[in-house]
Parts: sequence; C-alpha cells; structure tokens
Amino acid sequence: MNDMTPIVKTTPKDWETDQEVRWCPGCGDYAVLKAVQRTMPEIGARPENTVFVSGIGCSSRFVYYMETYGFHTIHGRAPAVATGVKLANPDLDVWIITGDGDALSIGGNHTMHLIRRNLDCQVLLFNNEIYGLTKGQYSPTSRVGTRTPSTPFGSVDTPANPCAFALGAGGRFIARAIDVHKNLVGVLKAAHAHKGTGFVEIFQNCIVYNDDVFAPFTEKKNAAANQMWVEHGKPLVFENGTRGLAMDLERLVLKVVDVIDGDWQAAGVIVHDQTNRGLAHMLVEMPFGTFPMALGVLFDDPRPTFESAVVTQNAEAAKGKTPDLQKLLSQGQTWQVEKEPHSM
Amino acid sequence: MATAAHEVTPQEASAHPTAESVVVRFAGDSGDGMQLTGGQFTLSTALSGNDLATFPDFPAEIRAPQGTLFGVSAFQINFGSTAIETAGDAPDVLIAMNPAALKVNAPALKPGGLIIADEGEFGERNLAKAKYAANPLTDGSLAKWQLLSFNISQLTLDAVKPFGLGNKEALRCKNMWTLGLALWMFDRDRAPIVDWLKTKFAKAPVLAEANIAALNAGHAYGETAELAGPMKQHHIGVAPTAPGLYRTVTGAESISLGLVAGVQLANVPMFFGGYPITPASAILHFLSRLKEYGVTTFQAEDEIAAIASAIGASFAGQLGVTSSSGPGIALKGEAMGLAIMTELPLVIVNSQRGGPSTGLPTKTEQSDLYQAVYGRNGDAPMPVLAARSPSDCFDVAIEAVRLAVQYMTPVMLLTDGYIANAAEPWLVPDMSSYAPFPVEYLEDVPTEGFLPYARDENLKRPWVKPGTPGLLHRIGGIEKAIGTGNIDYGAENHQKMTEIRRDKVANIAVPDQTVELGETSGKLAIVGWGSTFGPIHQAVRRARAKGRDVAHIHIRHIWPMPANLGDLLRGYDTILVPEMNTGQLKTVLRDQFLVDAKPLNKVSGQPFLISEIEDAIDGHLPAEGDFVPPSETQLPSPEAVNP
Repeated sequence: MNDMTPIVKTTPKDWETDQEVRWCPGCGDYAVLKAVQRTMPEIGARPENTVFVSGIGCSSRFVYYMETYGFHTIHGRAPAVATGVKLANPDLDVWIITGDGDALSIGGNHTMHLIRRNLDCQVLLFNNEIYGLTKGQYSPTSRVGTRTPSTPFGSVDTPANPCAFALGAGGRFIARAIDVHKNLVGVLKAAHAHKGTGFVEIFQNCIVYNDDVFAPFTEKKNAAANQMWVEHGKPLVFENGTRGLAMDLERLVLKVVDVIDGDWQAAGVIVHDQTNRGLAHMLVEMPFGTFPMALGVLFDDPRPTFESAVVTQNAEAAKGKTPDLQKLLSQGQTWQVEKEPHSM
Repeated sequence: MATAAHEVTPQEASAHPTAESVVVRFAGDSGDGMQLTGGQFTLSTALSGNDLATFPDFPAEIRAPQGTLFGVSAFQINFGSTAIETAGDAPDVLIAMNPAALKVNAPALKPGGLIIADEGEFGERNLAKAKYAANPLTDGSLAKWQLLSFNISQLTLDAVKPFGLGNKEALRCKNMWTLGLALWMFDRDRAPIVDWLKTKFAKAPVLAEANIAALNAGHAYGETAELAGPMKQHHIGVAPTAPGLYRTVTGAESISLGLVAGVQLANVPMFFGGYPITPASAILHFLSRLKEYGVTTFQAEDEIAAIASAIGASFAGQLGVTSSSGPGIALKGEAMGLAIMTELPLVIVNSQRGGPSTGLPTKTEQSDLYQAVYGRNGDAPMPVLAARSPSDCFDVAIEAVRLAVQYMTPVMLLTDGYIANAAEPWLVPDMSSYAPFPVEYLEDVPTEGFLPYARDENLKRPWVKPGTPGLLHRIGGIEKAIGTGNIDYGAENHQKMTEIRRDKVANIAVPDQTVELGETSGKLAIVGWGSTFGPIHQAVRRARAKGRDVAHIHIRHIWPMPANLGDLLRGYDTILVPEMNTGQLKTVLRDQFLVDAKPLNKVSGQPFLISEIEDAIDGHLPAEGDFVPPSETQLPSPEAVNP
C-alpha cells in the first residue's frame, strides 16, 4: 500500500491469532493452517493487507485462526463476498477457504463464476469427501457407495471432480496438494504468485467421518507408486522415476509406461507444460488406480483478471467526466417554472 | 365496471374531456411501441407545464403473440392544470391500436369518453384473436362511448411512402402518427419529439425522417380533417407549481439518483451488486453508467451473490447496495441476516411486484411488508423505509444511506412496480440544501484498545477498512462475544447481543409522524404507506372538501415506526389502512399499538382508484341517519378494475 513503509519480515507466529483452534485432534486442517502460516512470510505478505474469506464447514473456521482481516460468511457464498471485497479494494490479498460441500454443492454456482471471471485470489478447497460439521453425510465429492447417515445403503450419485470442474469453468491456475505433505507450501506460493484465481484442491483427511479415504495415495507406503508431483519443464514420472506418462497416439489418451534406467525420453514420457490446457484436462481426469494421482501445479497460464478489467473500464468510462451531482439531477429534458405559485 | 363511481351524467359525458385534467390511455400490441408513445407524450405534457402522473401497464412477455388479449400494452397518463397525484381513475380518451387493446381497455373508459381506434387493424383475423364475434366499431356495442375510427395503418403507410420503407417498417411508424394526433388534440409542440427522433435514429436518418413524417401527418390529420364532434382540440392550462427547474423522473431513476446523492453526502464510494429482475433492473441499468461518481456496478451470477458481494464491499469500506424484487429479495434473506450479525452497512431496495413466487412480474403490489420487517431467520431487526412516489424515492434513498452508515446496519427500502415505472414532474432538488453526513472509519487504535464490537451512544460498532494496520479482526455469522466479536455460544451473551441488536434498530431516531391532510384527531384516519399516497391523498382531499372529518397519515418509516404514531392513531375513532396486499401494515399497527386498524385491500396488480378510497371513506363515515354496518372492506376482483 504505502511504498515508504519499511518491510518488516513476519514469522509464521505473527499469523497466529489468540483464538483456541477447535478442530478434532488429528484433523488435516491443522496441517493446512500451519502450511498457510508458513507460506505468508515467504511471500512477503502483510497481515493488514490480507483478507481471508470463508463459507461454512469445518475448514471455514480457518479465518478465526489467521491474524489478518477475516470474514466467516454463509454457506457457499465466500466467492461472492470475496468478489465484493476485491472489487471494493483491489489492493487487498484475498484468500478463500472452502470445502467440498461449500464450494461444489451449495456454492457451486459461485465457484464456477468466480473462476470464470478470474478474480485475483487464492481458493483453497479442502476436499475431505464428506460433510464433517453436520456429522458425516456424503458430499458431492464422495465416491459412489459411500455409506453415511444419509446414505445408509451407499451413495449412488457420481462425484464431482474439483479440478476438472475448475478447469471446465475456465480456470487458469489448477493445482492439487495433500494436507500433510511438505509440497503444500510450494503449491500455495505458486497459487499466490499466479495473478488470477489460483485454485488449489487440498486432499484433507477427516479423521472422524472419512478417515484414510485418501490413504491409497497419501500413505507413506503408497506415496511413491501413486503420487505424481508434476513440475513445469520436467518429465511426468513417478515411482522414483521408474514409470511415467506417455501419449497413446492411436487413441489420444495418456498411458503409463515403464522407464528403464532413467531414460524417460526413450520411454516417450511427456514433459510437463503447465500452460498446456489439453494436457491439464487429461491430468485432472486420470482415473486413479490405473493412473497415479497427479499433484502440484497442473495448469498455470494467466490472463487478465476480473478486478483489473473492472478498474480499467471504470477509469476509462469516467475519463474526462467531472462528477457534478447537481448537473446529473438536472439531466434529461427539463423546464423552468418562473412564476410564484398562485394557488396550491 | 363494478365500481359504481363512474356513473357519469349526460352533461358530464358531453363535457369530456374536462378542462382541468384529462386521462389518456394509449393501448396497443406489446410490439406497437405504446410505452414509447406514452413516454414522449409525457415529456411534451411536462414541457407544456401540466402536472401529471403516469401508469405504464405492460405484459410480462417481451413480444407476446401479435393481436392477443394478453399481449396488450398500455400507458395511461393523467395531466392537468391542478395538482395531479394519481394516474387517474378512468380514462377520458382511449387510443386503441387493435381489437385486443380495445377489448381489454374499453371497460375502464369513462362512460361518454372518447375512443380513437385504428380501423385498419380490425380485420377478421385480429377480431378473432381478440375474441370479438362481430366488429365492435360497427355493431353498436360501443354506444355508451364516443367513437372515432379511421385507418391509422393506411394513413401511416401513405405518409411514409416517400421513404421507401418495407411494409413492416412503415407500419412501425403508426405510433408516431398516433402521437402526432394526440399532440394536436392537446395543443402540444412537436419540436421536442422531432429532436428526440433525430437523436434516436441518428444512425438511420431515413427512419428518423419517416417517423417525423408520420408524426406530422397525424398532427395534420387532426388539424385539417373535418371530423365529427368529439375530435376537438383542448388546451389544458399550466398547473400551479413552485418555481424552479423541473424534469420528469421515474421511481427507478429517482432511487438511483438518491443513492448517488446519499453516498456523496456520506463521502463513501458505492458498490452496487444486482441481478436482472423485473421491475428492479432499471436501477442497475441507470447506475452502471455513473462510473465518474465512484459507483461500481456488478451484475452477479444470482441474487445471493448480488447481496453477498455488496456485503463484501461494505466489509472492505464501500457502501454495498443491492436491489431486487420479491422472489430475489427472498433469496437474499440469509445474507441480510449476515449483514445484521456482522453489523455492516447495506442498502437493499425492493421494487415490490405481485406475488407470491413469480407472481405478477410486471404488476404492482405492496405485499412484501411482512417480508421486509419480519422475513428472516432469528431475531433479525432491520430498518425499513417506504417511498410514496417517484420523486419521493430520492429523499428516501438518501435516508436509507444515512441510516445504513450512521447505525452500521442493513436497511430495506420498499418501492413498488408502480413507483418504479411511473413518471412525474420533479422539482430538481438543490443539493446544497442537504446536510452531509460523512462516514468516519476507525483508523487508529483507540486509547482504551480496539474492540471490533465496541459501541457508541447509538450502539453502532466501528467501521474498519481492511488495509488498516493495527485493527485486524475477524467477523462472521456466528454469534459474537460482546465487545471482542469473537465466537461466543454463551447463553447470557446471546441474550444480551440479541437485545443489543434489537435496541440498536429500535432506538434509531425517526422523525415524528405528521398528518398529511386534516386534523391530528377525529373520526377517521386513512393510514397508508408507499405508492397508495396519490389515491389516498386525492380521496381524502375530496372528502374533506365535502366536509368529512377524515385525515390522511402516510408512513415512511415502517420500521422502527415513529415514536408518536401510537398516540396519534389513538386520537381517531376509526383507522382505515388501504394497502395493495391483504392487510400487512394493518396487522403491524395492531400489533405495535393495540389499535383497531381496519383493512382496505386490493391485490389486482393495479393501483387504487381514488373513487375506491372515496367509497371506503363514505362507508366508514355514514351521513347522518344512514346506517352502514361496519365490516372489513374488500374490493371486487381484478376483473372489475381491468379485465
């Protein structure tokens, strides 16, 4: 804001509030909170210029634990509130904290339009595939067959894929991370560096209602074989570089290939290009099991942001016009009544 | 007509139109340009110095199938040399562009009134669409009115022939021909209309010329044609009005201007979040052009996002404003609760329309009063204001902004479809006569320390803009601890915070209620709110002229109500509350003051007629010796007013 203010470097501790953190012991949210508090000093953020906006759900309590400006809004509407905040003051650094139910069920419409408009902000979608705060109902990302109090015989509806949804809505930054994984800070930094809506799906373990739902790729023993952390300009390999993704040119789909002696080129492995939208679509859609889980910055290709377009248009429309309220009131066809009233 | 008020004597019939004021209704197919014709006639009327009021009445369909009864669009204007406060009860002149327009509108015409019809449109097909078995122009069924029919379509085609337009385009000039005739009838200057046509069709000069030719032809027709009796020229004198600069204004324009004036007086930028809905969209359209006044408009993805973004903007230090109509307001309800809980300033404009659900999108009603006052979950008090007329919207909008920023509260401003669309002359206010009420943000940590929910003498909490160092805080919809604003589910805290929110709104300083007409006590008070002002005022004036002991009270501050209102109402033997709903203000008055307020209700989608209220006054104030049993007055069905 003020260029003359000397930048005092913050520490993660500076971003903690005096409020007692009230998530269940062992909840993945703790790890995400720590990662965000570690990220803020690294990106040179100022607490007074930072606003966290959340909806409703376990993750949305996040704002009370960040020593910044914060707005814990209503279910699903955080993107809309954040849009107002950012349009009113584009200098603010806006973070949206949301969950799978908040962002994709009750707030699906707002999430879509936030991304489509490309408001400059970060969206951290805590995906635990369950409604935690309301005690364990299945969510729009729950897999078919999820047994919960509201689906005692198993859910039957096809789940939403958050990153595919975000990409389909026109997203220009799509990333995935894991609550307890060290790479989360790097992903958050990349999301913040991206000018526009930085959409980050964080796989977050709900220890009470959906424990270990992501274990097939998050557990240590499964990590190498099933996590593929992508990096721009690097080959798409996993399992310690012994396997990779190549293109099946006959069918125009991705396929898993073995990499012999580290020679990924010989195996035809693709180099990750984070500006390749077609590749991003394929990465987010890869069925887990046959393929590893693609993680990291899957797509990053900025374009002008919504608030900058609004500010520019407002300025251009106002250019050369002096606001004169009295003149505005007198616009249109007017007439003057001169005489004193003879009777009323 | 089921209302008996318009039994006109032969003398009165022959005198139509009367010299003091005239009601003209233009009616045609929704594609005939009747609203445009009416708008231009209104302008010429205003420029000639008459007082006026208008009532645009159009179907919800943009282009309903041609010639159908439900596709009829009408524009009524009442103008005269005396004070005009309503669009008039019954038209003196009906201009019907096709059989459907005649069928729908003729029943409202005064007996002895004048019908001008385009006989060129009365072919078999159109007669069948309007469900006429025989041609009404020739079968004598219009005998109780005076009829003038001529082939306006053909006359228009002849007039625009030199411009080489296609048949369809040429016929589009019909409305200007008709307007030309109307201008002649009432001795009006064509020049402003000609200027307007030149501007409107600047990119298509041929169309401008054709329309001007049609306008002139219609005017010349009146001047030169040797027409029978009724087609006389009338001159309506200049209405006595206070000196000053005037313009015509609709409620939607006036509210928009009032909001802009309000934020200027508050010295705060405006953020307007809206979503298209009839009849509220006009406010979004108007404000979206005013960038140089520090107005940011945002067409959101839905009604909820519209209000939520406005709340976000208020949190960030601008004044959030949102606007909608009944169904959209319902969607915003939860977010209003958030604004109440977080105690952020916000203005919500509700241009009421017929409900429930989608209801009657283009028709007027006042049935959202309960929704405004009570319609949220929890104990969720919010100030509610109501505008009485298009020009009154300006001051009420300023008042809404003032309350919002001075008390850190959302404010509901009620207007309705009638006020939003109707136009009236407006004495342009002098902004230097308005006292500014600049917003003071909290920018430094107070000596006693910073508490986001600290309160001043009005129970207002501080407004802090994010970006301010040292005043970081978090707010949200969960119950707040007194002072700190931290989450607090405590029993005692919730009790106290609920009471604080109640008291903050209840203690808002509201001006004492005054009496518009009549004494401060007596036999009968007619108590109204919103757009019923015009018909109530005229009806009470007429009744008082006949010596009746009746007063008119009109409430602007619906919530909280003026402190003296209860005592004032108790000074009357009878309290009658005319409303375009089934008795909502009546119920609130009964609840608040334990007075026996009686309802007079109309929910036909049409404003009250003056005569309907006059009849009700007569019913409640029987002449000596008469006995009229007291009863809840219900008006006839909508068909009686406008079939």
